[in-house]
Amino acid sequence: MAKVLMKGNEAIAESAIRSGCRHYFGYPITPQTEVAAYMAKRMPKIGGTFLQAESEISAINMVYGVSSAGKRVMTSSSSPGVSLKQEGISYLAGSDLPALIVNVQRGGPGLGGIQPSQSDYFQATKGGGHGDYRLIVLAPASVQEMADLTSKAFDLADKYRMPAMLLADGTIGQMMEPVELPEEKTDGFVEKPWAVTGTGGKREHNIINSLYLVPEELEKKNLERYERYKLVEQNEVMVEEYLTDDADICVVAFGIAARVSKNAINAARAKGIKAGLIRPITLWPFPKDAIKKAAEKVKGFISVELSMGQMIEDIRLAEECRKPVVLCNRVGGMIPSPDEVLSAIEKAEGGEF
Amino acid sequence: MKRVTLFAGHYGSGKTNLAVNWALMLRKEHERVVIADLDIVNPYFRTKDSIEELTAAGIEVVSPEYANSNVDLPALPAELYGVVQNRSRYAVLDIGGDDRGAYALGRFTPYILEENDYEMIFVANFMRPLTRTPEEALEVMREIEAAGGIPFTAVVNNTNLGRLTDLATVEEGIRLSEELCELSSLPLLYTAAEKGLCERLGLKGVVPITLQKRYFDIL
Repeated sequence: MAKVLMKGNEAIAESAIRSGCRHYFGYPITPQTEVAAYMAKRMPKIGGTFLQAESEISAINMVYGVSSAGKRVMTSSSSPGVSLKQEGISYLAGSDLPALIVNVQRGGPGLGGIQPSQSDYFQATKGGGHGDYRLIVLAPASVQEMADLTSKAFDLADKYRMPAMLLADGTIGQMMEPVELPEEKTDGFVEKPWAVTGTGGKREHNIINSLYLVPEELEKKNLERYERYKLVEQNEVMVEEYLTDDADICVVAFGIAARVSKNAINAARAKGIKAGLIRPITLWPFPKDAIKKAAEKVKGFISVELSMGQMIEDIRLAEECRKPVVLCNRVGGMIPSPDEVLSAIEKAEGGEF
Repeated sequence: MKRVTLFAGHYGSGKTNLAVNWALMLRKEHERVVIADLDIVNPYFRTKDSIEELTAAGIEVVSPEYANSNVDLPALPAELYGVVQNRSRYAVLDIGGDDRGAYALGRFTPYILEENDYEMIFVANFMRPLTRTPEEALEVMREIEAAGGIPFTAVVNNTNLGRLTDLATVEEGIRLSEELCELSSLPLLYTAAEKGLCERLGLKGVVPITLQKRYFDIL
């Protein structure tokens, strides 16, 4: 397959279709609207469903319905819209349903703005809805990864019977880059014997439900679910390390912040400063081991984020407070420039943590 | 040279960049040039991103009041009527992407058709996923015509793969554009490519264009 020039949002949509998703439910919001627009154009031509729901809450509950029937399904939105979906996401988790939720983040809180942000990290990784649950959270840093991780998210969600989130941001959603799209997935789909597909009079009813009024039963469900989460943590961590082998200063950044940081690291290296990057690709499960290992050698960490400092807490937990961690950030829709990150690296090199 | 030049096409095909370059080129030959942004679809990547360069070149810029303000409010300014009614200026119109974007053109269409001194350009990038073939591009073309009410009069080939554009990309674009012209019975006005690329590849007969500013380059 030859490369095409795509917006990040389009890459999500096309990759979802090629991953076998034929059901999309959403409600428009900038900066993710192209996902819905693309689906609106393509789905009717391939026998799929594009449905603009009356609200984000409706959309996520439509996702619940289609997922219950065992089909690949997704919704997408941006920060305020994803807040509205949280109840439905908790219900998906509580019913052990796979689904893809895309958040192309914008500045917040509240209505915020339409420029990029990463300030929904807590919401995505710590459970924005109620109850004990986890989401697999994937953080693309390029248009290519928008495509690749969309297809990965569907596979992981099916494999572990849990919702997955693609946590992107307005920049990666809007920018255009050449991308090689995945091949159309035609086989290798996980069997879903739990799905409500009609018994045909041949088996017991399947029931999709998150209501357990007997506390012993609900406890058991929760414990079982967390056994599965353990497997995800053991098997599915994805991380990119860039020039970390001999690094004194370790930048940790995901998504667009990692792209900016790479430029700063190259500039630092040109000045003789040994800087490196750990880029979490899965935000949950968080690449704890990579951080812990780096803590043995580096002078300290710089968390580069488009937030007031959210991932920085996970870095500190992972490195068990052995080395200092500082924040280099812009918020409200602003992006740190390579120069700003470089100056944070230079300060750290000078021992200023 | 027609008085009004309109750039329309699939979104992300390079309409705004081409419109800005066209206006700068026009200004070298004509005293009064105005460029108007009719995009009510996308709040990012607008004519106004180049306002400093355009204004410095003596080009008037008409754009929605809320353009580049992050207020995602699709409203067009009254001055746009002046662009189509006042025939003393050369006008470049940057239309929003797809048929959705072309709906906004509809209310100005009667004036443009009545004056009948326009070039309606379809901007084609065959590396975009929904216009990979001449047939797909033709479909988008017809949708835009139905929405905006003005028939296309020419095609401009802007086929590119961003930074990965090479000679094969440009040549493939020319081949597919010629097919599109055959299908639509329209002339290929020109092929455009980024200026640096034209120099590196020594491209002949291709119009070099400068890209709108990037905030900073990232790896």
